[in-house]
Amino acid sequence: MSTPLHIGFIPLVDAAALIVAVDKGFAADEGLDVTLVREVSWSNVRDKLNIGLFDAAHLLAPVAIASSLGIGHVKVPITAPFNLGLNGNAITVSPALHAAIMAELDGDRFDPMATAKALARVVAARRKSGTEPLTFAMTFPFSTHNYQLRFWMAAGGVDPDEDVRLVVLPPPFMAESLAGGQIDGFCVGAPWNSIAVDRGVGHILHFVSDILVRAAEKVLAVRQIWAEKNADRLAALIRAASRAADFIERTENRTEVARLLAQPERIGVDAEVIQRTLDGRLKISPDGTIRESGRYLLVGREGAGRPDPVQAAWLYAQMARWRQTAVSPEAVKTAMAVFRPDLYDAALGRAGGAGEGATAPFSAFAGPPFDPQDISGYLGAFDIPKRV
Amino acid sequence: MGAESSPKIVIVDESPIRAAILEEGLREAGYTEVVHISEMQSLLARIYALDPDIIVIDLENPSRDSLEQMFQVSRAVRRPVAMFVDQSDAASIQASVDAGVSAYIVDGLKKERMKPILDLCVSRFNAFAKLQDELDRTKNALEERKVIDRAKGILMKLKGLTEEEAYVLMRSTAMREKKKIGEIAQSILTASELLK
Repeated sequence: MSTPLHIGFIPLVDAAALIVAVDKGFAADEGLDVTLVREVSWSNVRDKLNIGLFDAAHLLAPVAIASSLGIGHVKVPITAPFNLGLNGNAITVSPALHAAIMAELDGDRFDPMATAKALARVVAARRKSGTEPLTFAMTFPFSTHNYQLRFWMAAGGVDPDEDVRLVVLPPPFMAESLAGGQIDGFCVGAPWNSIAVDRGVGHILHFVSDILVRAAEKVLAVRQIWAEKNADRLAALIRAASRAADFIERTENRTEVARLLAQPERIGVDAEVIQRTLDGRLKISPDGTIRESGRYLLVGREGAGRPDPVQAAWLYAQMARWRQTAVSPEAVKTAMAVFRPDLYDAALGRAGGAGEGATAPFSAFAGPPFDPQDISGYLGAFDIPKRV
Repeated sequence: MGAESSPKIVIVDESPIRAAILEEGLREAGYTEVVHISEMQSLLARIYALDPDIIVIDLENPSRDSLEQMFQVSRAVRRPVAMFVDQSDAASIQASVDAGVSAYIVDGLKKERMKPILDLCVSRFNAFAKLQDELDRTKNALEERKVIDRAKGILMKLKGLTEEEAYVLMRSTAMREKKKIGEIAQSILTASELLK
């Protein structure tokens, strides 16, 4: 056994590949002695990774990019050689907001353009009657949740910085805040949407796969300098996580996986709720309505584990769109270089090639096709935020 | 504090005892404007209302991510900056993470005024951890005492021993099995439960 590795994670279902790699002994089979450390905030995960208290981490893909560029925080180049999950988030709204959106809906309720336009009408009516703006919660300024929520509402004409309030809440507080009326909706990862539905305080309005077909969500992150010094151990970690991802995707293993993840020192919620999210078969309303999707959360299948630099560029474009940074061609290159399919291919002995295993190309429900070579042009096609 | 006025410090900590220890330390050091927030529900609203120069938060606090958002809100008049943004002092960053505390400085406060405050936070957080540790140990010792007494009672009843003899029996068994006397006592309790 080599020196122990400390890996930080947040209790979410998309930490599954790391948890299973350790708890099923796949990491040990690779000669790795891994201690998983459960954390309470993304800020902690980022800081502890940055200063080397963690060797690796379960990290929001946008945080890996922001850290590498020094946006909003210390500049620490990060390497992301493995996607721990694609998609997996959902937008949940209070029963009152759900009813208001459904009353204004013109079209299919699973069509994000139809719901976003309905939301715009709800927002306009509230403004007219002098009612407080709606408040939506997400998990971190540099999060897919933030960008997915913004992308969705802006497509319908709602300016997320002007027309509603956006706040950050820790995932375990979401359901409670929705019940207490402090927020009207949120975008968060599994299992927290299901928790709100089970408590009867929320309706799942969208799976984020309605918004983006393939969204890089969490990555296995290490410092670039660590990756360079520990190439063999990183490759072993990628193999262990990949084997775990394959294990998780086999339906006959789901009950066992859900039980492992449910342990109090791991995610610590009911195994049944976790299994729903792994199966992509979710209760979306307190009345028991079920919605199934093969794209709810991808852990390993359809080439999900292989990082796609185009995804990194899209996330960077969102930072630029919402004025967290300015567009620069060098920064786009740096952002794309955070995602390392070459390390993934080398560790797993695969030939690689662009988009290997991906059955669906990168696409969103609104806006022009995304071109990482022309981010300014891409962003210019959106009306919101208004350019000043 | 010299000619400059005392900076306004907000402590965000769900542990009232630790916050009190820190607050006292800051006041002793001459910082007069210290406010403790323990209620996380309306954290941001309260911070905006207080408009502090420095925000201190414990790393166990999940609301740290909510604070981070304040950097991004362009409409906020004064934006806080994480102390980690300045990498010139790696040792104090390491010390504060080890102690479990993080701090945010609002634009405009001079960096050299932050250093003594952060050092004080680190030492008070460490002092609290030590206190907590001692408390836990005392509590465990008390618990163990109770378990040993109950096990003694069982041995006295079952084997007709005196209190002294029961204790000696447990101690010699512990020594022979290279275990703690508390563990032997616990296994006596477990066994007697099973054989009831």
